[in-house]
Amino acid sequence: MRWSKLYTFNCFRGHHGDASADGPSSDGAGAVGGPGFSRVVHCNNPGLQKPLKYPTNYITTTKYNIITFFPKAIFEQFRRVANLYFLLTAILSLTPVCPFSPVSMIAPLAFVVGLSMLKEGLEDWRRFIQDMKVNNRKIAVHKGDGEFMYRHWEELCVGDVVKVEKDQFFPADLLLLSSSYEDGICYVETMNLDGETNLKVKRSLEATLPLEEDESFKDFQAVIRCEDPNPSLYTFTGNFEYERQVFALDPGQILLRDSKLRNTSFIYGVVIFTGHDSKVMQNSTESPSKRSRIEKKMDLIIYILFTVLVLISLISSIGFAVRIKLDLPHWWYLQPQKSNKLDDPSRPALSGIFHLITALILYGYLIPISLYVSIELVKVLQAHFINQDIHMFDEETGNTAQARTSNLNEELGQVHTVLSDKTGTLTCNQMDFLKCSIAGVSYGVGSSEVEIAAAKHMASGDDDHDMPLEDIWEENNEDEIELVEGVTFSDDRLMHGNWTKEPNSSTILLFFRILALCHTAIPETNEATGSIAYEAESPDEGAFLVAAREFGFEFFKRTQSSVFVREKHTSPNGTTEREFKILNLLEFNSKRKRMTVILKDEDGQILLFCKGADSIIFDRLAKNGRVYEVDTTRHLNDYGEAGLRTLALSYRVLEEAEYSSWNAEFLRAKTSIGPDRELQLERVSDLIERELILVGATAVEDKLQKGVPQCIDRLAQAGLKIWVLTGDKMETAINIGYACSLLRQGMKQICLSIPTGDQVAQDAKKSSLTTEQAAKESLLSQIANGSQMVKLEKDPDAAFALVIDGKALAFALEDDMKHMFLNLAIECASVICCRVSPKQKALVTRLVKEGIGQTTLAIGDGANDVGMIQEADIGVGISGVEGMQAVMASDFSISQFRFLERLLVVHGHWCYKRIAQMICYFFYKNIAFGLTIFYFEAFAGFSGQSVYDDWFMLLFNVVLTSLPVISLGVFEQDVSSEICLQFPALYQQGPKNLFFDWYRILGWMGNGLYSSLAIFFLNLCIFYDQAIRAGGQTADMAAVGTTMFTCIIWAVNMQIALTMSHFTWIQHLFVWGSITTWYVFILAYGMTLRSGDNYQILLEVLGPAPIYWAATLLVTAACNIPYLIHISYQRSCNPLDHHVIQEIKYLKKDVEDQTMWKRERSKARQKTKIGFTARVDAKIKQIKGKLHKKGPSLTIHTVS
Amino acid sequence: MRTFRTHFSYEALLELRSSYTCSSVKTDSKFTQQELPACKPILTPKWVISVFVLIGVIFVPIGVASLRASQQVVEIVDRYDDACVPANVTDKLAYIQDKSIQKSCTRTLTVTKDMNQPIFVYYQLDNFYQNHRRYVKSRSDDQLRDKSKAAVTTNCDPEATLNGKPIVPCGLIAWSLFNDTYNLILNNDNLTVDKKDISWKSDREHKFGSDVFPQNFQQGPLIGGKTLDPNVSQLSEQEDLIVWMRTAALPTFRKLYGRIHVDLKVNDTITVHLENNYNTYSFGGKKKLVLSTTTWLGGKNDFLGLAYLTVGGLCFFLAFAFTLLYLIKPRKSGDNNYLSWNRPPVGR
Repeated sequence: MRWSKLYTFNCFRGHHGDASADGPSSDGAGAVGGPGFSRVVHCNNPGLQKPLKYPTNYITTTKYNIITFFPKAIFEQFRRVANLYFLLTAILSLTPVCPFSPVSMIAPLAFVVGLSMLKEGLEDWRRFIQDMKVNNRKIAVHKGDGEFMYRHWEELCVGDVVKVEKDQFFPADLLLLSSSYEDGICYVETMNLDGETNLKVKRSLEATLPLEEDESFKDFQAVIRCEDPNPSLYTFTGNFEYERQVFALDPGQILLRDSKLRNTSFIYGVVIFTGHDSKVMQNSTESPSKRSRIEKKMDLIIYILFTVLVLISLISSIGFAVRIKLDLPHWWYLQPQKSNKLDDPSRPALSGIFHLITALILYGYLIPISLYVSIELVKVLQAHFINQDIHMFDEETGNTAQARTSNLNEELGQVHTVLSDKTGTLTCNQMDFLKCSIAGVSYGVGSSEVEIAAAKHMASGDDDHDMPLEDIWEENNEDEIELVEGVTFSDDRLMHGNWTKEPNSSTILLFFRILALCHTAIPETNEATGSIAYEAESPDEGAFLVAAREFGFEFFKRTQSSVFVREKHTSPNGTTEREFKILNLLEFNSKRKRMTVILKDEDGQILLFCKGADSIIFDRLAKNGRVYEVDTTRHLNDYGEAGLRTLALSYRVLEEAEYSSWNAEFLRAKTSIGPDRELQLERVSDLIERELILVGATAVEDKLQKGVPQCIDRLAQAGLKIWVLTGDKMETAINIGYACSLLRQGMKQICLSIPTGDQVAQDAKKSSLTTEQAAKESLLSQIANGSQMVKLEKDPDAAFALVIDGKALAFALEDDMKHMFLNLAIECASVICCRVSPKQKALVTRLVKEGIGQTTLAIGDGANDVGMIQEADIGVGISGVEGMQAVMASDFSISQFRFLERLLVVHGHWCYKRIAQMICYFFYKNIAFGLTIFYFEAFAGFSGQSVYDDWFMLLFNVVLTSLPVISLGVFEQDVSSEICLQFPALYQQGPKNLFFDWYRILGWMGNGLYSSLAIFFLNLCIFYDQAIRAGGQTADMAAVGTTMFTCIIWAVNMQIALTMSHFTWIQHLFVWGSITTWYVFILAYGMTLRSGDNYQILLEVLGPAPIYWAATLLVTAACNIPYLIHISYQRSCNPLDHHVIQEIKYLKKDVEDQTMWKRERSKARQKTKIGFTARVDAKIKQIKGKLHKKGPSLTIHTVS
Repeated sequence: MRTFRTHFSYEALLELRSSYTCSSVKTDSKFTQQELPACKPILTPKWVISVFVLIGVIFVPIGVASLRASQQVVEIVDRYDDACVPANVTDKLAYIQDKSIQKSCTRTLTVTKDMNQPIFVYYQLDNFYQNHRRYVKSRSDDQLRDKSKAAVTTNCDPEATLNGKPIVPCGLIAWSLFNDTYNLILNNDNLTVDKKDISWKSDREHKFGSDVFPQNFQQGPLIGGKTLDPNVSQLSEQEDLIVWMRTAALPTFRKLYGRIHVDLKVNDTITVHLENNYNTYSFGGKKKLVLSTTTWLGGKNDFLGLAYLTVGGLCFFLAFAFTLLYLIKPRKSGDNNYLSWNRPPVGR
């Protein structure tokens, strides 16, 4: 029996699965050489290979290089329309048409562009360093004559033979030639590709097995003809021409770049795809630059403002042209006969065009460059606060949350759907053996979180939902006592050998032996400590083995044919080592859902141990094997409900004769060649896996990350939809669904999957369709059925869950089906996608993003999540133990899933409101200011003269009004962080976009328009022609301009004071400080002679004039009264949630009336069908239902 | 009872936990955790009504005071541009441009109300764009202030140089200096018009140099307005120019001509002998002579008082309206029934 047959690995078999590994196959070879299959690899022969010009193994993920940086980065910058506009004005400011000095135009632009480019450059530099690290890794390459030499990864070429050692990454996509194992297998960890931590087995072709040492590559020559580079991780088609024979290749021989060699001391391989041709690089998508929804809308508003700008400039220039034509000749004091071409009465049209440019620059205050600077600054500061938040600090890793880009802070407040990876994100990928049922007795006193919470909730005795779940959580966490990793099992009846005293000790012994023997794991002895770790294909097998060791059955050695176990309590003279000969191993796959070993113990007895899904095992029980069936079934249900993964264990004793006749048949099936070998094997396996005797069942908890169920619960209450996308098997995914309460008993599951190959084939034969079409057809009907089911459901409490598997998803994502699929998915309370490739994750994310049209957030931890993280509106990376790829690609990184709650509900909510208010205010303030300049034009013959001093205009946005609005953007809090968390419903203000809808934006613009009118015309009337002082002096332009400007400063700063609801000393300082600064400035400016007519204006002209102060007071009041009316009215008649909560807090009602406060807190949750609360509710309902059935018809009361 | 206890322990736990975590990391502060003490004012009905009443209470008295002040001002306005052109002249423009004609004119003003000194004499121009960009730019502050910078005439085109020599004061503003003159006679006595200190002190002392003398001014082929007073040489004494150089914000403006330090009685008749030199005929501008008293507020300015009264009144009205609103449709502050989840369409 061959070692490799033990470890057949089926997961990597894709669509081309029928290309068998054991010999040349016509199917696989047919495609080779055709279109899309042009690659030729001359192994170990650089002379022949070179002319083919495949790229080297050098990778680069940077956007720029030294030469292209400036042109490219500048181009990127000026692709933003606003920047282009500012550039244009800056250029024009060098010509005489500009009403201002050129420096005041160019400096801010240079600042903004320079800052952004610096940021870009730094980010790219970081990427470059990262690339260099990868490119400079070393690998042993065959350089001829059987000698291997270390070289950098980047120097690797197609056709090179490389030697990869244990725990090294594969430098490129390789064809496995041989390994340190004599049958050419090796173990691979593909975490960076699909996020799975369990090991996968690859095996070489038999033909290349002899190439097992350096020397043998001296004369090695072969040619590989295979497919062109493509992103599909699970397929490979190609031929291997070696020693005048042609062998077909399948994915089983391909080692992919970025996966890791494990448990194997070395392998030899030939490079097939290098660098960017490799599958993992093909999977990587260009990292897109993301912009938040608010920013996109802001662009739209800027377009509108730009239109307004052009419009008023047109009005202005037409006015100018008309006046130049009709009036200028009469204005002798301007000496029109000596005019230049900027104001030439004989060519009014030309002058008008020149004036248009002047006007565009003059009214440019409508579109302030400072808006971009301020927003950038505010976002950086917001990001800083996110990074500093102590509540998102993970004490274990010492990591804080990191806002890696500050562009998307406000987007965090508008998330609609969360797409989450499973392994490493929701779960620790660690299984805990929690309970077991042996011989109809349930052992294990540990409880899963759900059980504990539900029990507590029931115990609290009242049926209202007020009791905050936090109570339960808090207490829960204290119970956690960590035992041996992998086992939280505790039950004195079984531990420490006590099981020997149990009534069914012989069955228990069998149970433990099955745990210790029925698996495919390999023990790895830690040399230093002598302890044994297990490398298992799936983590639950590892958990079984650790559990078995705790019970006293330590599996410590595996040879090709035997398994060795150290048993502690089975014989009177202490620990004994036993050897079990393995005769056959029928491996697990998702179709069979069971795994069997046939072995011979030391007494020569042949035993068959089988573990598998309960339904499968129960079908195969012998009549005398069903003793414990009833009890076990009951226990299994309990376990399942508690979110545990269950397996049933059984055994069978085989007669020698029976075994040998079966084995003969099995060998025949094994050696058969042809497409139905698999079927044959399956049929033969089926023959022996019968007449089983049930021993018991195991329950394993897939250990969730800390706080995951709570976080999911709260996110659901905040109205977020949660999708789980995982590379795992469907069963695993569903189990996790249970564990984190995305699924629960009583939920209707809609499972979408492509029926198994032969079924499809049969269907296809019947309807004369291709296999693919048949599969599609079947999926279509499944979706239609699901939708129908959802539609017909009458019960409002009914919840649906959609579970779809990778293959089905591939069809569902096609254009003609994706909308149907999405519509169904939206109807379902939770969606779980299993066995999805990284690319599919990205595609699903795109589908959700584009289909629903709402903000999506993707969260993941591994390299396989990079695509999805990049595709989603917001990508969040978990900075955990795995590599940094996810974090590098992400927009935010957090160290635990549970911090997502705070990131969204607190920071997202705040940032959204801050930015929204800030932008609205910015538009208000610039409209209020900019339009006064326009009105003045009408009174100055549209000549382009500004009533304000140049310096006032420059300082308006930079100094005099910027700090208050920045403090609004950085420090504003409508409610405190605790309240954000306590009232998840407040989060919905973001996704509903209550603070940046058109009503609000136009309202603010209207307010700006009104303010500009009030400021200008009130001042105009006050300063019309009369003396402004008792001394008889009249107001000149400087006096009018300065007064008007004073009014603006007061009005906009008062306005922001009214807008804010949260005043710390910083806000006070900035708002009142800005007004003070204005007076200080005008005093200081009045001291300098360059101030022109503003010389000493405050001290001498305006300060002593009561009319100046009276005008300021009047205009300030007049500008702000409408807004005051609006907010007073809104608060009294139409208050928003945060208004009411602010009032409750303000009046300390929450302290006085705690019952009300608690009740509101629990009501502030969105009604959810998923999450922990929903699950507890359902459970309580169910228990109550049982209770009520006994009595007369009673209805269940919920608090209203 | 049990629930209460659990709740209590929860709060205690939370506090415990936060105090523990806060002390464990050094960078933690109230600032970085966004927990600075803050005042969170809320617009309760009480506040709304008080604010409006307060504004009303402040604004109405100011309005009354300024309206009264404005009504104490006595103002005599006389438009003379049309009247001062002889009736037989058809082409007013040609008439005014004709240098050879002596353009004297006599106007009679009657005092409508007692006027206490000082009485201010203004000229008012209409439709004159002193705020035109081409006009505003056309000056050189350096030159006016500093003798050594006489040649700085960059912005002064087209009135910058004469035969290659700089004009001081250069530019269109100075060139178009107003040149009508008024002689006021009250009951056959000459009323002295005091033309001292009609400009801002700082202008005289800092912006117009006492050692800067006019050069080549009004000597070009085109003569705009007034030539400078030959009696005083330095610019800092040319107060008419200084006043004129303060460009007006609007096309209609008044500028101070001088002061009269004599009280005028009702029905006093003032005879004005004026020289009508300044050309406003080409652009249809009006010229007016204004005699006015001032109060603490300045000249006659009913608008300010009325505006104050309006805003104050509006605020009283709003206070009243909001009081009514709160009475008719009362909402208790912090009433949880107004939370969105308790409202009819969503509430259970």
